[in-house]
Amino acid sequence: MAPVTMLEAIRQAIFEEMERDPSVVTIGEDIGVYGGAFKVTAGLLERFGWERVIDTPISETAIIGAAVGMSYQGLRPIAELQFIDFIACCFNQITNFVAKSHYRWGAPVPMVMRGPSGGGVHGGPFHSANPEMYFVHTPGLKVIYPSTAYDAKGLLKSAIRDNNPVLFFEHKFLYRRVKEELPSDDYTVPIGKAIVRREGRDLTIVTYAAMMHTSLEAADELAKEGIDVEVVDLRTLLPLDKETILHSVKKTNKLLIVHEDTRTGGIAGEIAAVACEGAFEDLDGPILRVTAKDSPVPFSPPLEERFLPNKNDILSTARELAAY
Amino acid sequence: MSYPLTRDQHLELYYFMKLNRALDEQLVRLFRQNVVVGGLYSNLGQEATSVGTAYALEKRDWIAPMIRNVGGLLVKGFKPRDILMQYMARKDSPTMGKDGTSHFGDLKVRHVVSPISMLGDLVPVMTGVAIAGRYLGQNIVAMTWVGDGATSTGAFHEGLNFAATQRAALVLVVENNQWAYSTPVAKQVPLHNLADRAKAYGIASSIVDGNDVVAVYQTAKEAVDRCRAGNGPVLIEAKTMRMKGHAQHDPAEYVPKEMFEYWEARDPIARYEKYLTENNIWDAKSKAGLDARIDKELKEELEFAEKSPLPPPDLAEQGVYCEGCHTVEAEWKRSKKEVTPPQSSVKPEWEVADFGGFDLASTISSKAAAAAGNGGKSAASAPSGKSMRNSPEPKSNGQKASLQKPNERPEKSRIAEAERVPFGRGPKGKAGRK
Repeated sequence: MAPVTMLEAIRQAIFEEMERDPSVVTIGEDIGVYGGAFKVTAGLLERFGWERVIDTPISETAIIGAAVGMSYQGLRPIAELQFIDFIACCFNQITNFVAKSHYRWGAPVPMVMRGPSGGGVHGGPFHSANPEMYFVHTPGLKVIYPSTAYDAKGLLKSAIRDNNPVLFFEHKFLYRRVKEELPSDDYTVPIGKAIVRREGRDLTIVTYAAMMHTSLEAADELAKEGIDVEVVDLRTLLPLDKETILHSVKKTNKLLIVHEDTRTGGIAGEIAAVACEGAFEDLDGPILRVTAKDSPVPFSPPLEERFLPNKNDILSTARELAAY
Repeated sequence: MSYPLTRDQHLELYYFMKLNRALDEQLVRLFRQNVVVGGLYSNLGQEATSVGTAYALEKRDWIAPMIRNVGGLLVKGFKPRDILMQYMARKDSPTMGKDGTSHFGDLKVRHVVSPISMLGDLVPVMTGVAIAGRYLGQNIVAMTWVGDGATSTGAFHEGLNFAATQRAALVLVVENNQWAYSTPVAKQVPLHNLADRAKAYGIASSIVDGNDVVAVYQTAKEAVDRCRAGNGPVLIEAKTMRMKGHAQHDPAEYVPKEMFEYWEARDPIARYEKYLTENNIWDAKSKAGLDARIDKELKEELEFAEKSPLPPPDLAEQGVYCEGCHTVEAEWKRSKKEVTPPQSSVKPEWEVADFGGFDLASTISSKAAAAAGNGGKSAASAPSGKSMRNSPEPKSNGQKASLQKPNERPEKSRIAEAERVPFGRGPKGKAGRK
């Protein structure tokens, strides 16, 4: 099997699930004839037809609303948001209608809301966002943010089969940059389980999505300096895998959190609280974080480079923490 | 079209309206006794609109009520105890105390979708229910209600526009009760008739006297049949009046006294009682029998509700996620093969029927335009090959613009002539569409 990109892995997951289960349908803007802004849904219409691949008007609230209605009918809709930034347009549907449905009146909403997210591609303030924390703060939702092609495919399949509403963030910087060979058989990756990408003794980096790769690169360099870094890839942000985080912190006694999301209110704060509540006695240093700056995502390359966290930021913060 | 009602059906309409009102009155008493938790939202004066519309549906059809559509819930088979316990925040209420009012539903048996407090959101949701129903071959109609205020929301517009492009089997009842909290309808919409909204979506519409339950039923039945036949959504404007404040705390002093008087003279239940008498559909004995039945039933329902305890506190943390407690299964009424490859496969190409020029001759056929939306069997089975390359260039040489008619002409209103309404935006002479 030839290695496939993350984008192709996502496409495969949708394709295979639609093939497996006729209750899986897709809905979104320009997903059918055009195949999606990033071509994630290319070929779906041709194979599954107009009723299962629904091109909509530019109406994010209608997309999410209609997907809710479909899921009440027992279907499993996959709603695409052309860029995840536009999720703000349907915020009410997601946070009030979707997230509270099962809790309020026992009506499960088995739908997936997916879309390209993240910066590093000079998309500017409206095509680069990482809005995951709005939804991590919304009980009733599940939030997935994978970093590899394997995980993207396996987690998306789990999301489609899940009886709860799942937000699936696809980092567009990774779409065509990460590749790997995938198993030929049907597989899933469980929601809510983090994974240790690199074992280490000296400090733990907890991260996800594109920053997972930057963190691994930094860990390789730090290894040359004798700093043995463990990298934990969250994969799912809600529910948060506290066990894996705490297990790693108890082992290395130092915690650095790295994310591309902005600093204030980012998940680093939550993870720091989890570590304080569950492993305070094990900590041998302050909990530090490397994040984007607290600003909108700027457009021009030097501005965006300044905004985003990078390997050097991780290196310097990790050295500081290791030396503490 | 006329849809004759049997005597039993006539009496059933009375039963539901009167039960709706008796329940309302009971809730006011409970509110005054501090037994109702939180706000109480009266349905007074709007019983005919809720009951008459819901009564036009089949058992398999879906509804999503708003807060003043308790009548619709009763028609769909919920009991007064459900509404009582919701307002009393009891453990045995449909939401076990997690939500109140008419915020509950039942997916599997009664096909009722719970509303949320944000207005207009049910329009896209019920569009999705209708589209899924078509996909599953269920031949269902989805109905929801919005007030005059909700027509100002983005969700209303997005939902109705999407329903129109999909030709979804959606009956949208715009319950024009003249007031959105304290704001009169003229400050919501610069239109005399809210049904005129339908023109913008190219869908059928009608206006009905919302306090005439038979007219409401007839209008709704026509709309439901039309939807079920695959002709796309219908908007019904029911002109009525909210006879109390927004909620029990609101004395509605902003409403002119004469306006209440005007509508009180048109009370839907008093009118219907007169209608039943004048048409010899019932007599004093049958009325007394029905009223006694409602009294007895409501008393038993209240006893049940009062016995239900408040929910145990630990329930607060339960049920955020579905962890195997529910099964998700679609009710297929068509062969899955039809929507599975290779049968589902199509040529992924748009049919562009309208080149958008000033010259209407550039439109190949209005039928194809209607089918060019991407959804449904009509689009899937429409003949292809009429793509742009086979067609003449659109003309744009400064010809006079001519308006294209919407795909669907508005239905004729059931109210041909109605008297002028002094306040609010009631039907006046030109309300009936020609």
